[in-house]
Amino acid sequence: MNPRVLLGLFIAAIAVLPQIPGLPPFWLTLMDNIGLASLVAMGLVLLTGVGGLTSFGQAAFVGFGAYTTAVLTTTYGLNPWLTLPISLLTTGLAALVLGALTVRLSGHFLPLGTIAWGISLYYLFGKVEILGRHDGISGIPPLSIFGKSLIDPGAVYYVIWAFVFLAGIASVNLLDSRTGRALKALRSGKILASAFGIQPAGMKLMVFVYAALLAGLSGWLYAHTQRAVNPTPFGITPGIEYLFMAVLGGAGQVWGAILGAGLVTILKDVLQRVVPLVTGGSAQFETIVFGLLLVGLLQVAREGLWPHLASLFPARQPDDVDQSVSLEPLVRDGGSGTGPLLQVAAARKQFGGLVAVNDVSFDVGRAEIMALIGPNGAGKSTTFNLITSVLDLTGGAIRFAGQPITDADQQTIARLGIARTFQHVKLVQDVSVLENVALGAHLRGSAGPVASILRTDRAEEARLLAEAARQITRVGLAEHMHKPAGSLALGQQRIVEIARALCLAPRLLLLDEPAAGLRHFEKEALAALLTQLRAEGMSVLLVEHDMGFVMSLTDRIVVLDFGTKIAEGPPAEIKTNPAVLAAYLGGTE
Amino acid sequence: MDLTILLFLLQDGLTNGAVYALLGLALVLVFAVTRVIFIPQGEFVAYGGLTYALLSTGKVPGTAWMMLCFGLAAFLFEVAARGRTLTPRDLAREVAMKIVWPLAILAITRLIVSYPPSALVNVVLSVAIVGSLGPYLYRIAYQPIEDASVLVLLIASVGVHLAMLGLGLVFFGPEGLRAEALISSSFNLGPLLITGQSIAVYVATIALIVALALFFETSIHGKALRATAINRVGARLVGIRTVMAGRIAFALAAAIGAISGLLIVPATTLYYDTGFLIGLKGFVAAIIGGLVSYPLTAIAALGVGIVEAFASFYASNYKEIIVFTLLLPILTWRSLTHTDHDEEE
Repeated sequence: MNPRVLLGLFIAAIAVLPQIPGLPPFWLTLMDNIGLASLVAMGLVLLTGVGGLTSFGQAAFVGFGAYTTAVLTTTYGLNPWLTLPISLLTTGLAALVLGALTVRLSGHFLPLGTIAWGISLYYLFGKVEILGRHDGISGIPPLSIFGKSLIDPGAVYYVIWAFVFLAGIASVNLLDSRTGRALKALRSGKILASAFGIQPAGMKLMVFVYAALLAGLSGWLYAHTQRAVNPTPFGITPGIEYLFMAVLGGAGQVWGAILGAGLVTILKDVLQRVVPLVTGGSAQFETIVFGLLLVGLLQVAREGLWPHLASLFPARQPDDVDQSVSLEPLVRDGGSGTGPLLQVAAARKQFGGLVAVNDVSFDVGRAEIMALIGPNGAGKSTTFNLITSVLDLTGGAIRFAGQPITDADQQTIARLGIARTFQHVKLVQDVSVLENVALGAHLRGSAGPVASILRTDRAEEARLLAEAARQITRVGLAEHMHKPAGSLALGQQRIVEIARALCLAPRLLLLDEPAAGLRHFEKEALAALLTQLRAEGMSVLLVEHDMGFVMSLTDRIVVLDFGTKIAEGPPAEIKTNPAVLAAYLGGTE
Repeated sequence: MDLTILLFLLQDGLTNGAVYALLGLALVLVFAVTRVIFIPQGEFVAYGGLTYALLSTGKVPGTAWMMLCFGLAAFLFEVAARGRTLTPRDLAREVAMKIVWPLAILAITRLIVSYPPSALVNVVLSVAIVGSLGPYLYRIAYQPIEDASVLVLLIASVGVHLAMLGLGLVFFGPEGLRAEALISSSFNLGPLLITGQSIAVYVATIALIVALALFFETSIHGKALRATAINRVGARLVGIRTVMAGRIAFALAAAIGAISGLLIVPATTLYYDTGFLIGLKGFVAAIIGGLVSYPLTAIAALGVGIVEAFASFYASNYKEIIVFTLLLPILTWRSLTHTDHDEEE
């Protein structure tokens, strides 16, 4: 069944639910709470599940939204609908400030940071006079539509769930776009994203603010549903619960957020209301049960429940990509002219006392295939990283198309037209080959998150995907286009990386061991492709251990040994060079 | 501010800081050996203090029963995981460690409480009860996912924290408890009143740090832990059982937590949920130490204690806010100096 039909059925079910005669009003309250929690969990799905930023502090953003409207509607008597944009603005600004700090934290420091500001803000809410200190603010007016006050849980229900579906559709749209691809690339590390011109910090901040806005929206709705606020629901334990919902539903699954929020909210209600009736005790078991469930979930189903649920339904056939629409070439600022395309002059890299690259100089000409060879540890990959600015030079200079790029950042280098593949494959494993390759065309599009959410990016998106499909076809992987990249053989994954690099329409292609793991005929196909690219005017610099491949394909070879260039010349010359033979086979002296 | 207040605040800060130092060291230890960011460390503080407080009033603390339940659960996990590969000898050892030991402690506890309380016996018993929870907890919650990423382990830690917080409420109730000071004498040093309890805190902290240093430097288990911390795979290759290392690390962390609880329960009323905040302050110190450096962590902990003391004097309402907000610039600084192991190039 088509997911759109399923979504339609779900929306219809939600719409009909309050009309069921005899439904206890209490159920509607529960559904309201599920909707409110779903909004926050949905933000976390994008932030944590897709972007890889684990936040325990989302409840604080719910607090920003709730307190903003609480103060404005009670103290200043504003209309609740008028405070919606103000609540979102406050939350957004708070998220910008906290996010600017948070997204710069690395690894496990990031979630610890969210715990730190989560606790600080909770205490702050309880100390500020205008927010009513620990007692909070009561007497918040309910929402009203056309003069009809939505005081009944069954009435505000429709407002909450309308927002839930809007947020869900917006989130799905956002993920299925140029921005979404960049977001998914974040999990594979900063280097990958930067190599295709994405600013990882900016992208993380964007998704951080997006998640906070959904939390702020939930807070605004909460304030007018509950009609009173106090600091308790905005502390660190609720923050943990929101994360639990997202993990339970399935990280990265937008609609899984509703599943997770629903299960946790219902379970919490059962534990708070039903269990004490049975046991006669007043002890709170919910934290114990939640804690145990969270630990157990990580042990048995780390991917969450949604993928298991989704596998019960047949997957939708992916749409065929229309490859006829063309994508404009990347507009590049300056730097053409004649002379060598890439000039490496006395490049040096030291890690402490170790000289990994020792004053290496070489040029790559236009429309030339050149190889960088040498034994393991010779400094080949380090040289690649110096050219693409993943590492900073200790000394020397690098020029590309006449302009100095020694101090340029990775994004600028991608924009100038240097694309690369990686020695250790960097693909987003659970995302389709098509989407992985389309990431390479990131700089050739311009649609931002808002355009993605509103779907005004569709024409550009079709051009980007068409280009990706063309490059996949070109490298001979058309039949695998819609498979997850991780399901391909390692050699094929290397070829996917080449297709991705080609999507940038590069002038210089850097390939790190492209033939590793390929079978004989696949190597022949790769050699033919590279020869054709050269004929089209592209330059290729490759690191490769397969000497047969290198000797038959390249125009020139540079040999490195222990970081030092020991030879340079055409293949025939390198084959007989005594220094090269000594380096590879061991010297006789 | 006059000198007396200054000295008083410094003394107060140092006393608290010494406790944070202990917790910070335990956190560094656990992280280094198992890569677990041990959020529930603070719960052990509350458990330790409250267990001692209950023992001093002649009651059997719920943690003694809890230890038995944890032991049984850990036993079942072990048997389920190893199945038929479990030899009779191993089975006997598992029964001894996970069933007989907690039963014995429980029996002793029940016997002890019917006699007039002895502080020393209660101290030993509290540390034994709460310390035993550590390895059981490791077996149940962390060992099944020991190879997962730091992030997954952290989320598991948060789950453990929630569960232990709830169990604390069940076993100790919502009321706070306080215990008699171990050493009730005190003396004047210039304008300052030095209590025996604060001396006990300093002595215990220094003694534990020295003991830990000796353990790591001289004992074979200590060396195994250090090897595991430096390189898990390498440690495994030379025959060190990383699971054993994890178990020891958790036992030490839980025991250190319990001792910290003993040290503060005469000075502050402990509630079931007090531990979390105390533990997090140990975290602030551990993070300043980069989760690797023991000396830096200890010094930073004293700093945290002093900042907190001054914050509570000048802006008592904002004490927690100040301490935790300070963590953000520290985390930022640590992120800048931290080499990202997730990226291999």
